[in-house]
Amino acid sequence: MALLEIRDLHAAVEGEEILRGINLTVDRGEVHAVMGPNGSGKSTLSKVLAGHDGYEVTNGQVLYDGKDLLDLEAEDRARLGVFLGFQYPVEIPGVANTYFLKAALNAMRKHRGEPELDAVAFLKLIRERAKMVNMDENLLKRAVNEGFSGGEKKRNEIFQMAVLEPQLAILDETDSGLDIDALRIVSQGVNAMRSADRAFLLITHYQRLLDHIEPDHVHVLVNGRIQQSGGKELAEELERSGYALFEENAA
Amino acid sequence: MSASSKTIEEITGKRGYEYGFITDIEQESLPPGLSEETVRFISAKKDEPEWMLEWRLEALRGWLEMPHPNWAHVHYKPIDFQAISYYAAPKNQPKSLDEVDPKLLEMYEKLGIPMHEREMLAGVEGAGEQRPEVAVDAVFDSVSVGTTYKAKLAEQGIIFCSMSEAVQDHPELVRKYLGTVVPRKDNFFAALNSAVFSDGSFVYIPKGVRCPMELSTYFRMNAGHTGQFERTLIIAEEGASVSYLEGCTAPMRDENQLHAAVVELVALDDADIKYSTVQNWYPGDENGVGGIFNFVTKRGLCAGKRSRIAWTQVETGSAITWKYPSCVLKGDDSVGEFYSVAVTRGYQQADTGTKMIHMGKNTRSTIIAKGISAGHGEQSYRGLVRVLPTAKDARNYSQCDSMLIGDKCAAHTFPYIDAQHPGAQIEHEATTSRISEDQLFYCKQRGIGEEEAVSLIVNGFCRDVFKKLPMEFAVEAQKLLEVTLEDSVG
Ligand SMILES: Nc1ncnc2c1ncn2[C@@H]1O[C@H](COP(=O)(O)OP(=O)(O)O)[C@@H](O)[C@H]1O
Ligand SMILES: [Mg+2]
Repeated sequence: MALLEIRDLHAAVEGEEILRGINLTVDRGEVHAVMGPNGSGKSTLSKVLAGHDGYEVTNGQVLYDGKDLLDLEAEDRARLGVFLGFQYPVEIPGVANTYFLKAALNAMRKHRGEPELDAVAFLKLIRERAKMVNMDENLLKRAVNEGFSGGEKKRNEIFQMAVLEPQLAILDETDSGLDIDALRIVSQGVNAMRSADRAFLLITHYQRLLDHIEPDHVHVLVNGRIQQSGGKELAEELERSGYALFEENAA
Repeated sequence: MSASSKTIEEITGKRGYEYGFITDIEQESLPPGLSEETVRFISAKKDEPEWMLEWRLEALRGWLEMPHPNWAHVHYKPIDFQAISYYAAPKNQPKSLDEVDPKLLEMYEKLGIPMHEREMLAGVEGAGEQRPEVAVDAVFDSVSVGTTYKAKLAEQGIIFCSMSEAVQDHPELVRKYLGTVVPRKDNFFAALNSAVFSDGSFVYIPKGVRCPMELSTYFRMNAGHTGQFERTLIIAEEGASVSYLEGCTAPMRDENQLHAAVVELVALDDADIKYSTVQNWYPGDENGVGGIFNFVTKRGLCAGKRSRIAWTQVETGSAITWKYPSCVLKGDDSVGEFYSVAVTRGYQQADTGTKMIHMGKNTRSTIIAKGISAGHGEQSYRGLVRVLPTAKDARNYSQCDSMLIGDKCAAHTFPYIDAQHPGAQIEHEATTSRISEDQLFYCKQRGIGEEEAVSLIVNGFCRDVFKKLPMEFAVEAQKLLEVTLEDSVG
């Protein structure tokens, strides 16, 4: 059974259809890249999968590990291992990053019937994962994303992913806003987490992320539909010729 | 609006009031009504000296001529002062802690108030890890039923007792200070309190003494149709310091009950008083029926040079709160601080804030007020910063932040600034925010459920104030905010 199976997914925002029939199957151990121009529906797809209730699913089905994903609340999807690295992570003033992460981790452990992690074990875990993504320990003590630079916010997303160890990680334009060093570190983090039972959906505008993380499949999303799928060579082709061709096709 | 903001309203509309039980105990109380006779009865009941009775009667005469104030941004039906009983007390008045009615002790146990002094065994392992000691004065309706650690504190010359005892045992101190910070006729409710006050706490910290433990008073209203008129007086002599906490709860009743308190603080040269409140009176039900009217006058006088008074309050209860803990900064270089978190939900209303009156040179004040409104809650921040011509180089910083949850609640800010010295530096910042859908979604995407997310975000919003509370209290306050905002059904 595939980890994620999206069948003819249609979704609308404020009455306007944005996703117009998406079909996509992701197996465990795979890395899929979804590429597309601005406004093509990439973030919409990621939020629909994560369960944002501002988006209305008008048609289609999503199976996650065989379960009806769309039937679950956002927090339950997260607890079942769906992680979304946000394109624009929000700030939560006054709430320490570690405190937030502890609440998140314990909510997931509770869901799995595991006991809460004690303070020592938790600290050990976050120190180790912070090192993995080269995250400054000072950022751990600060309020969630408050006053973080764009790059720090993105790194914080990858750090949270490393701590929460999801089954399906959807990373929405985690590469944009990163300088080349940060991009390398983030990619190393992702590569270190690749495993046979974990899948990634990398949403990106540019090909450069794929220089660091080699995808198994590449999909081109234009106008709310996947116009073409292929191997990593598709990304290279896009880099040369741009999205224009697909936009013409889609129009 | 989307589904999640609807849930917040449902969550915050629920009443997780866990202190609403009534203690079944034999009580005696005055029949309703207020006259000179009532005042004489209360005074006689407490066996007060003549001067105290006169003081009360003068306050009553003043009150009778005062109009009910109507400037606050709160709405309620006129209070019938003749329908209130002004005195209620347990029938068996204990003479010492050992004699306190077991039913009362059980109640305090249930409320989590330590009424036992901890046995301190020298050399016992692990003693250092215990919770810090807290001395408690327990006020039940109109009387104090017991005060812990009195003897231990007395070793250092500290007086911690009920106001009734202070009138008997330390009349010179009471006469010297009572009414000096909040005059008898200061305002309508202060005058009423001055006439009929029953119990409250008295604290005296002698010169140079740092009080070795937190002092606290726990106010419990139990009897129906009864008002509580607490009177508290705290004096810190030169170089003395004390941290004082107060907590309050009441049963759920469908009548409105009046709690009109007066608190006076006096800090002499280099003295330091930290006064913290966690106010959790019964707020009324989901339709706005019942709940406490909390009309309180709290004021501190920084009489001495370099003295400091800090008010910290967490106000989650009461149907109506009308309260402005203030500082009169008379001594040069004195410091006044006000840190406040106020929550209004259901049909609660609060008009609260502070006054900082700068008189001395180089006086400084800080105001940080966080207001949270949910449901049909109505909240106003009302603050006055006044710099008198004598207050050279006075400085104030004020920050008032409001958070709205749902779209039926309201928040207002009324900052008044009166700078009579040209050199005054006054800074005021104000923000209004909502818990955004995006913040909630972010939390949920990390596996955190909606209720926990709301309390997490609200706690973060209040952090600047919570960190000013004593450790133990900060944890309490955080939990209280959780039960206040969360569905108590797990
Ligand atoms: N909350 C929203 N309200 C209105 N329109 C939206 C909203 N979210 C997305 N859209 C619209 O949907 C389309 C796709 O947006 P998005 O999924 O963010 O694209 P991408 O991430 O590919 O740049 C855009 O036209 C955008 O304006
Ligand atoms: Mg996007």
